Amino acid sequence: MQKSLLIDPDKCTSCLQCEMACSFEHEGAFNPAKSRIKIFEFEHGRRAIPYTCTQCAEAWCLHACPVEALVRNQATGAVEVKEDVCVGCKVCTIACPFGTINYNQSTGKVAKCDLCGGDPQCAAACPTGAITYVDSDWTGYERMKQWAVKTDNRPQA
Amino acid sequence: MGWQRKILVVDLTKGEAKAEPLNMDWAFQYLGERGLATKYLSEMMDPKADPMGPDNVLIFATGPLTGTMASTSGRYAVVTKGPLTGAIACSNSGGKFGAELKFAGYDLLIVKGKAKKPVYLHIIDDQVEILPADGIWGQTVWKTEELLKSKHQNPLLKVASIGEAGEKGVLYACVVNDLHRAAGRSGVGAVMGSKNLKAVAVHGSKGVRVKDPKRFMGAVKAAKEVLANSTGRKELTEYGTNAMIDVMQQFGGLPTNNFQKVQFDGTEKINAKAMMTPNAHGHRNLVTNKACFGCTIACGRIAHIDKEHFTVVNRKEYWLASGGLEYETAYAFGPVVGVADIDALTFAGYMMNEHGMDPISFGATLAAAMELYEMGAIKKDETDGIELRFGNAEALTVMAEKTGKGEGFGKILGLGSKRLCEKYGHPELFMGVKGQEFAGYDSRALQGMGLGYATSNRGACHLKHDVFAEDMEDQTGKGKAVPVKKSQDKVAMIDSTGLCLFVTAGWGLEDFQTQVDAACEGEWSVERLLETGERVWNAERIFNNNAGFTAKDDSLPERLLKVPAPSGTAKGKVSELGKMLPEYYEARGWSKDGRPTNETITRLGL
Ligand code: SF4
Repeated sequence: MQKSLLIDPDKCTSCLQCEMACSFEHEGAFNPAKSRIKIFEFEHGRRAIPYTCTQCAEAWCLHACPVEALVRNQATGAVEVKEDVCVGCKVCTIACPFGTINYNQSTGKVAKCDLCGGDPQCAAACPTGAITYVDSDWTGYERMKQWAVKTDNRPQA
Repeated sequence: MGWQRKILVVDLTKGEAKAEPLNMDWAFQYLGERGLATKYLSEMMDPKADPMGPDNVLIFATGPLTGTMASTSGRYAVVTKGPLTGAIACSNSGGKFGAELKFAGYDLLIVKGKAKKPVYLHIIDDQVEILPADGIWGQTVWKTEELLKSKHQNPLLKVASIGEAGEKGVLYACVVNDLHRAAGRSGVGAVMGSKNLKAVAVHGSKGVRVKDPKRFMGAVKAAKEVLANSTGRKELTEYGTNAMIDVMQQFGGLPTNNFQKVQFDGTEKINAKAMMTPNAHGHRNLVTNKACFGCTIACGRIAHIDKEHFTVVNRKEYWLASGGLEYETAYAFGPVVGVADIDALTFAGYMMNEHGMDPISFGATLAAAMELYEMGAIKKDETDGIELRFGNAEALTVMAEKTGKGEGFGKILGLGSKRLCEKYGHPELFMGVKGQEFAGYDSRALQGMGLGYATSNRGACHLKHDVFAEDMEDQTGKGKAVPVKKSQDKVAMIDSTGLCLFVTAGWGLEDFQTQVDAACEGEWSVERLLETGERVWNAERIFNNNAGFTAKDDSLPERLLKVPAPSGTAKGKVSELGKMLPEYYEARGWSKDGRPTNETITRLGL
């Protein structure tokens, strides 16, 4: 079963544990500047919205790469960067409609979410459940359930 | 590791900035943040120097756990000599600025001297610039952040700045970072203003490493679980710190009308529940809760003001959501000035953040002014036509804005309660210690709190000790000296790690120990951590002694020592400070005039 990151901005408190976990997993240091997931805050913190790669099935970045440095991990469904192949041409960063693949000056390669090989550390670190890792076919399950309960107009016991 | 092993020293007089290695001997002795900055301050300046002069030193300090995955790792402290008190000032703050400073590669940012013209610091990792603050000086905190981000086209900048209050020398001006988190107390923002330093804007990409990553991650995970499961944490997340107002109201420790009373009619209009309940127009004050960097508690409140309220009805710019009430702001804009209008309180809070002032000192100063007004010592022709009476919401909101902008009677309120009361011939109405106003706890109901206030190194403060449980259990001064001393040392240690005091909602000493020991070089036992805390406390005390403070400054106002609490569980009681203080000095290893003895100095390696 493939799994996807499910993001619920309503729950996010903007603590950045996810950004630290991401950078620790990929860089060995706590360093939000190198995180592949970013939290965006609006209006003095009224809203905090986590955003990262959704691992497109038809991935623009993958198609755009001239050297085939971007490859699909069949087990996790993630598009991963082969660092030894990437030439840092940045064409993928232009192709991605969402901005979730970015150049990393310190390595000269691009970096993106790789779902940590199937154990995403952002989801593990998130204290509020704003990021969870669920069945890709059923990312809408909880939301459906919330609406479903509203259609039940029988008196509650 | 844990430490970046590097500090940034900026001399504004010379216009120079240079990086230096961190003194690791001091780091091993004082850990970081509050402690390490105290050591640097003591070594770098004469404690007798004028706090508003160029010889004062202003230190922004992170701790070894700042910027790590330990919960609440976003803290930094601003340490300097405080203009409100003349004592050492140590104000810490959350938000995201502190961790960012650390990510740029610095444990400490030390600012010396005074710039000829207003400037700000722009720090991108190793690249440090002192830039003219043209077009930014004179702006609010909120506008300053916006202008700096757009000027440098860098949305990732984290900004700590002063508002007009700091520029104009309001003696309790604070340093505000990330729009509504503040190094709030003792006037650290006024010191920044006196140096002509408007802001520090920083972005860092160096990251933070720890000694033993694997062990650290294990310790962090276990400690987070402890915190997540604790009842105290759950309450902070759900209700914020303002849950306390009901506790203090019931107990009779809620300072009301400048401490004339200890209970307030109207708490139900401004408590945590009121924040969550829609009003007659269906407007709900609370929008959401919000975390500081790395924090798994998220006690911060984001609120908004009812658009129909008199404060904002014609001022659309305040229809936004921003930092909402916490316990101390609820106390300082509520009971102590007798106001029970939740939107007025929220607006006053916006004024504090936008213009950069300490809400506790502002509210308590306004309370003293109201008492002076009601007794006729301050006349209406002095107060810009405002009736400075207890309970007048307009007096609160108008004066909050005037003080922030340095206008009219606000200029006098900006002096703080002590100077205001002296000016009008009633020094006895100043409710505070060493020139700094009390927080929202009455020393007659909470005896250990009173001793903590009297001996706090930065003047009256509720955050430098923790004997709440003992105080609630027993309302005498008996046996309070030792727990006050021990908790002061513990808090000094926590403040030196880079973590937030509120983790004690769930954590014991071992929870700190496992994380510090895995992150920092050397071996860190609980005993060593507590000894570090004690060293920090004594180093602060020695700074104060050298600045001229003696035992006579460890006192409380007559109102708390002689006038019995009029109601509540402590009805008829006064503070027993006189009995507790000698016991405290003894527990501390201090002489009768309140100085660490030679033996204590040697024992702590000071
Ligand atoms: S860890 Fe969770 S709550 Fe914290 S910032 Fe990330 S998504 Fe938001």
